Amino acid sequence: MTAHTAEAPRAQIDDSPITPTRNGAEVLIDVLVEQGVEVIFGYPGGAVLPIYDALFKQDRIRHILVRHEQAAVHAAEGYARSTGKPGVVLVTSGPGATNAVTGLLDALMDSIPLVCLTGQVPTHVIGSDAFQEADTTGITRPCTKHNYLVKSGNDLARVVHEAFHVATSGRPGPVVVDLPKDVVVAPAPYLSRPTRPHRSYQPQRTPDPAAIAEAVALLRTAERPLIYVGGGVINAGPEASAALRRFVALTGFPVTSTLMGLGAIDADDASFIGMLGMHGAYEANLATHGCDVLLNIGARFDDRVTGRLDAFSPDSRKIHIDIDPSSINKIVRVAVPVVADARLAIEALIDAWGEATPKPDIAPWWRQIDAWRAIDSLAISQPEGEDAVIKPQYAIRRLYEMTRASGRDTFISTEVGQHQMWAAQHFGFDRPNRWLTSGGLGTMGYGLPAAAGAQIAHPEALCIDIAGEASILMNIQELGTLAQYRLPVKIFILNNRYMGMVRQWQELLHGSRYSESYSDALPDFVKLAESFHAKGLRATKLGELDGVIAEMLAHDGPVVAEISVDEFENVFPMIPSGAAHNEMILGAAQSSQAAGITEEGMMLV
Amino acid sequence: MPPVEQPVVNAVISVLVENETGALGRVIGLFSGRGYNIDSLTVAPVEDGRNRSRINIATSGTPMIIEQIKAQLDRLVPVHRVSDLTQEGPHVAREMALVKVVSSGEARSEALRIANAFRARPIDTSVESFVFELTGATDKLDAFIELLRPLGLVEVSRTGIAAIARGSRVL
Repeated sequence: MTAHTAEAPRAQIDDSPITPTRNGAEVLIDVLVEQGVEVIFGYPGGAVLPIYDALFKQDRIRHILVRHEQAAVHAAEGYARSTGKPGVVLVTSGPGATNAVTGLLDALMDSIPLVCLTGQVPTHVIGSDAFQEADTTGITRPCTKHNYLVKSGNDLARVVHEAFHVATSGRPGPVVVDLPKDVVVAPAPYLSRPTRPHRSYQPQRTPDPAAIAEAVALLRTAERPLIYVGGGVINAGPEASAALRRFVALTGFPVTSTLMGLGAIDADDASFIGMLGMHGAYEANLATHGCDVLLNIGARFDDRVTGRLDAFSPDSRKIHIDIDPSSINKIVRVAVPVVADARLAIEALIDAWGEATPKPDIAPWWRQIDAWRAIDSLAISQPEGEDAVIKPQYAIRRLYEMTRASGRDTFISTEVGQHQMWAAQHFGFDRPNRWLTSGGLGTMGYGLPAAAGAQIAHPEALCIDIAGEASILMNIQELGTLAQYRLPVKIFILNNRYMGMVRQWQELLHGSRYSESYSDALPDFVKLAESFHAKGLRATKLGELDGVIAEMLAHDGPVVAEISVDEFENVFPMIPSGAAHNEMILGAAQSSQAAGITEEGMMLV
Repeated sequence: MPPVEQPVVNAVISVLVENETGALGRVIGLFSGRGYNIDSLTVAPVEDGRNRSRINIATSGTPMIIEQIKAQLDRLVPVHRVSDLTQEGPHVAREMALVKVVSSGEARSEALRIANAFRARPIDTSVESFVFELTGATDKLDAFIELLRPLGLVEVSRTGIAAIARGSRVL
């Protein structure tokens, strides 16, 4: 069945096609193998049948059948984010491609490298409104880093190689390759991975030494420095996180992180002062507000981070390291722009700083930060007693403590909403690539397929989706994927019977009119799990929480653990929309402050 | 550094792109998707041997927005080069208009006199109409069209600007 494997034709010289003897689908598989692809997440359909036939006849690439194309993309994202390798998706034309769109935009917003192969109707019927035809390149153009329609078998191998290059280099992102059925059926020539640089796409990776020198000069003058790291540090690979830790040790500067940057620095590191932004730690936001030099590495001044722009870090001079020049000076004007890969830039900073340079004295600044820290803005008020209602934050804290005690390599994905913010606040990450969450797009339904993708990549690891009862229903069909591939993913549902973040905003901004945010007619999650061949567990009071977590962690198959939590708990601290970092609400007692939100603030999301 | 309200400026941006399917769509989609202005846009292949097209875009925005437009254009995969002709030194920009005037009597002869003054060429003539061809800077074309408006102007077709740097500088 795989007789062709060894003697797959290879061109001797770059770009010199040899007489094609294999069809486009088989050539596609060869290209994927050459690109190091081991797993494809997909769903078959008419336009991709020839590709599925080629997959059937080989054993070099494993195909994971999802239950919905959106989940294929999120699974590939989870795979990519947890491995650093590109995720690969295969879906059919028309609805297959349109179902993938949300995942593609999610990957674009969070800079996740993906190659999504979409089937297309044969070239001669394109434009005729054929069955399952969609203008896939048109639809996905604003949802991808780049996309291609392969009109001839002669272009197939070149384009697919190029797609991987574009997806993984520079600022990573999703790339769509639209494959008309006739192109994959007809013979096509094989071409090896090109060695020449791309004609027009050549992203800058190495920092300009002058910019690095300027950055270091500015950092040396700082009395109140702050390092603000984002997902770019994760995307630059584990070496970037290692370099960051060296730089932090060298300078003694405090570090804050965006949602996407969690794990770049050890959460237990004394220099780490927590996540910043709308639901960031008090000390992180006050430090951002009060710093005099802000070093942004691989973050993009997202609106969840900056709050009111004209009050964002008003007294600081800013250095911005980003691999994407269009991210620099897009939202916040900076004094020193550095276009570079995060790892190379941090290593250059270390060299320019000098390993022998003594740490600058910023003791007064640390005293100030420690005073803010003493407020303990993430304190949990869990009532005691067997029958006490479980606070959602406490459930996550216990999950963190018990997984950590287990000593297992742990990957956490989330859905989107309150549970996501609580997970970001209360689950500590000591390494990069362990935190999988939908940051930019905020896609409910991301977590379960992302955890499945991470579990495929790390069969021995503990993969947990921290979910809410509303989000989980958006891709609940993926319980079928877990069952089919025996993926021991744990789904930890914090059930507060509300779309909690919607409810929180309605409470703070819309007079507690809980319009359509109540989770009515919920399924019995335990029975739901069992019907999908998973284990179902439930904790409804404090006395049951640890037992359920222990049983969940001990089970070697998929588990759905439903944790009934306090229905009215809100995520604090919070910077209300349109407010500045020094106008944080610390807790429910202060939430009346939100009533003072201006009409302008209400218009923000 | 709080953002300061900046004045809106005009800019002429030239882009050299790989001449491939969808390249123009990417550029236009970028402008509409991010809410940038397009005052005019022209595109045509310019390097036969190398399969490249040049797009000239007249746009407007604050200097920060213009910087963004250039950075966003530059990161499109098929884009080879982006040049802000307005910022990078003197440039010349020309466009062509075809202007149809339907009139008779004194209005008709006045239209012809104005066309002569502007060095516009009548390229089609009938008993009651002229089509004038005029090439020049955008404001010259605007002035010409305004003058013909009361003289029977019925239709205008404009190309949008083609622009190039003065001197020996190249894109």
